[in-house]
Amino acid sequence: MFLRLVYESFRRQKRRKLLAGAAITLGVTVATAMIAVATDIGDKINRELRTIGANLLLTPQEDTLDVEIGGINLKPPSDGAFLNEADLPKIKGTFWHNNITGFAPMLPVNVTVQRNGLTQNLTLLGTYFAKHVSFGKEEFTTGVRSTHPWWKVSGAWPDDNFRDVLLGERLATQLSAKAGDELTVSGRQLRVSGILSTGGGEDEQIVAPLALAQEILGKPGAVRRVYVSALTKPEDALARRDPKSMSGAVYDRWYCSPYPQSIAFQLQEAIPHSHAEQIRQVAQNEGAVLTRIEGLIFLVTLAALLASALAVSAAMATAIFERRAEVGLMKALGAGRFAVASVFFAEATLLALIGGIAGFAAGGMLARQIGRSIFDSQITIPAVLLPVILAIAVIVTFTGSAAAIYKAVGLDPVFALRGEL
Amino acid sequence: VNAGVSSSAREVAAGREQAQHTSMFVRMLVRAAVLRRGRAASALLAMVVAAAVATAMLNLYVDVQAKLRREFRNYGANVILVGRDGASLPAGALSRVESVLGSRGVVAPFAMVVARTSDGQPVVVAGTDFDRVRQLDRWWSVNKWPAQPQQALVGVRAIAAVSPANQPFDLSFQGHTIHLTTAGTVQTGAAEDSHVYLSLPDFVSWTGVQPSSIEVAATGSPEEITAIMHQLEQAIPGAEVRPVRQIMEGEARVLGKTRATLVAATALIILTAALCALSTLMGWVFDRRRDFAIMKALGASDRLLNSFFAAEAAALGATGAVIGFILGIGIAAWIGRVNFHAPVVPRFGVLPFVLAGSIVVTLLSAILPISMLRRVQPAVILRGE
Repeated sequence: MFLRLVYESFRRQKRRKLLAGAAITLGVTVATAMIAVATDIGDKINRELRTIGANLLLTPQEDTLDVEIGGINLKPPSDGAFLNEADLPKIKGTFWHNNITGFAPMLPVNVTVQRNGLTQNLTLLGTYFAKHVSFGKEEFTTGVRSTHPWWKVSGAWPDDNFRDVLLGERLATQLSAKAGDELTVSGRQLRVSGILSTGGGEDEQIVAPLALAQEILGKPGAVRRVYVSALTKPEDALARRDPKSMSGAVYDRWYCSPYPQSIAFQLQEAIPHSHAEQIRQVAQNEGAVLTRIEGLIFLVTLAALLASALAVSAAMATAIFERRAEVGLMKALGAGRFAVASVFFAEATLLALIGGIAGFAAGGMLARQIGRSIFDSQITIPAVLLPVILAIAVIVTFTGSAAAIYKAVGLDPVFALRGEL
Repeated sequence: VNAGVSSSAREVAAGREQAQHTSMFVRMLVRAAVLRRGRAASALLAMVVAAAVATAMLNLYVDVQAKLRREFRNYGANVILVGRDGASLPAGALSRVESVLGSRGVVAPFAMVVARTSDGQPVVVAGTDFDRVRQLDRWWSVNKWPAQPQQALVGVRAIAAVSPANQPFDLSFQGHTIHLTTAGTVQTGAAEDSHVYLSLPDFVSWTGVQPSSIEVAATGSPEEITAIMHQLEQAIPGAEVRPVRQIMEGEARVLGKTRATLVAATALIILTAALCALSTLMGWVFDRRRDFAIMKALGASDRLLNSFFAAEAAALGATGAVIGFILGIGIAAWIGRVNFHAPVVPRFGVLPFVLAGSIVVTLLSAILPISMLRRVQPAVILRGE
């Protein structure tokens, strides 16, 4: 009888069930989509923050001081120590290699440029633009185009394997050179493939493929410094501790957390004779920005969950209130409070499960759409969330109906059947 | 039951005699709300929640961008002034920059030369204003800022070259020598680690070189910053004003994505809240089909009925919107306090939108059931079919 009551209620009151089910589906859709966005937002914003530039810097351990003012390098070019270019792919062999979004080696060398009968001493910066590098079986592309996304080129980016160069914006104006021109740089004829604008010191420099800079310097494989862009976790008290003073378990936890400090430590281990340091301007601030944005989206998600819980409760309350004549009839025929309540709760559970599954699917699609249109990447919902979402849907539907059911079972059947109250 | 009814009827009659004459229309509105307190309260509650959530989200949407921009100003300068063709900036440039900027940002001047240590090693020495740098470059990790003349702030990599045993040291530039003590070290992970910083008066009296660049952290939207740059260009003709693209573009990207996420979330939340209010209100109006039928049976015109339910809906919508607005401001302020440690300023410009939206939702939820009921004969409704 119990099952038949529930079954017939679904079969005969399709419109009402559809309305309540639609409310639950909508609520669960919004909740699922917001939970998916909130769990993924940290990673997404972290990637966007990488557009501010590299957050780690690798330098040779025993280096002399950098002497650079306004883009002009005054340090004797062969002075000091170098890193070995052949070691760089090992960056992708560290524990947190999946968090490293790119790296760009730099080698400034001094050159002389002849133009319009004038000879000038300038700095030529050797780097990777978008170089194919392989480590073990892993193939990846890295260089300034991923680590320094604010660099803009009018013309074409040079190929890392050729001898074309970029000319800094202000230097180009000064030399009255444009893309496609030929320059004599330290006795070599080089073609300018594009004009580079960075807003920094590079605007006064020539930027060339690393191999060319090494050839001019006469030191194959030499790299002065490497900018590394890594997805990191905001710094906390543990991150700031000195790894040497940690006990085994704490050290493991520190080592296996993507703090800027621990990634720097691992880079230092991977690259011989190197010193890794976080670039504090970038690393320190991104933690703060990330924490704020994550916190904001978390609170907004709470608001979304609250709104959808209320929507579901309101729909259920209305649906039950409309059926008080039925309650009156059941009670008049001798049903107890418990029997009436259990019919309603069974219906609510069934509705919550159906609406929950439909809402989970719709919410997944919505989250994917949000991910694609805002972040140009996927937001996927782990299937593990389904039971959690269903449980929340059932609980919210239950609590939403509870007050209405309590009121309904307390009705005097006479008044309920006459439609009063 | 009879006694109860007659005594309550007498009370009502007595009340009516004393009451001022009000129109039937207003009386029906008030009595409808008073007599069905429970249902009216739940409809109002739905409206209040919807309006509160909408207010909070709209308030946050406006305020959060300003808050996040301030967060981004911790990245330091987004505009930089340099002398044209490597020349020094004209005298008084700093005070003119500050008068243009007012309270819209922080500035710090920098002057740089390459000096030699006592053993002849070249090192970049910069003169600056330490109080201003502390404000501008908050990420500098400094163990002790210089407080007295002839004290230097030495980069962690430069310390080995100039003063390995932390002793006083000499620097020379074009034949002039200055004697300095180390106040503390600075660590940034970037070029500053190889520099030695002096206070500007020490630097100028030693080298005779005036500041060549002024770094500016200007607050505001991209348009406001462009306007500030334009004003700076006009105020200091001898300077070239450049944006720090690295910071400005990163900020624009991150803010853009956050804003888009917030818009999506706001739209979803407001939609859900509005639909919740709509379904509750429709249930409420539909529930009162007997009132409707009685009025119609007693000869009320369609126009009167429409305007009655519309007025009721509008009153409910407006009340809900005002209470919800106050609550929503509270929610936004709480989120501001929890997440940004700064209050969110209430935006009263949001109120008209919330008010209009609430009234539209309530009107919609009144009109739909009424237009459905209008087609039904009053007798059918009164019989409860």
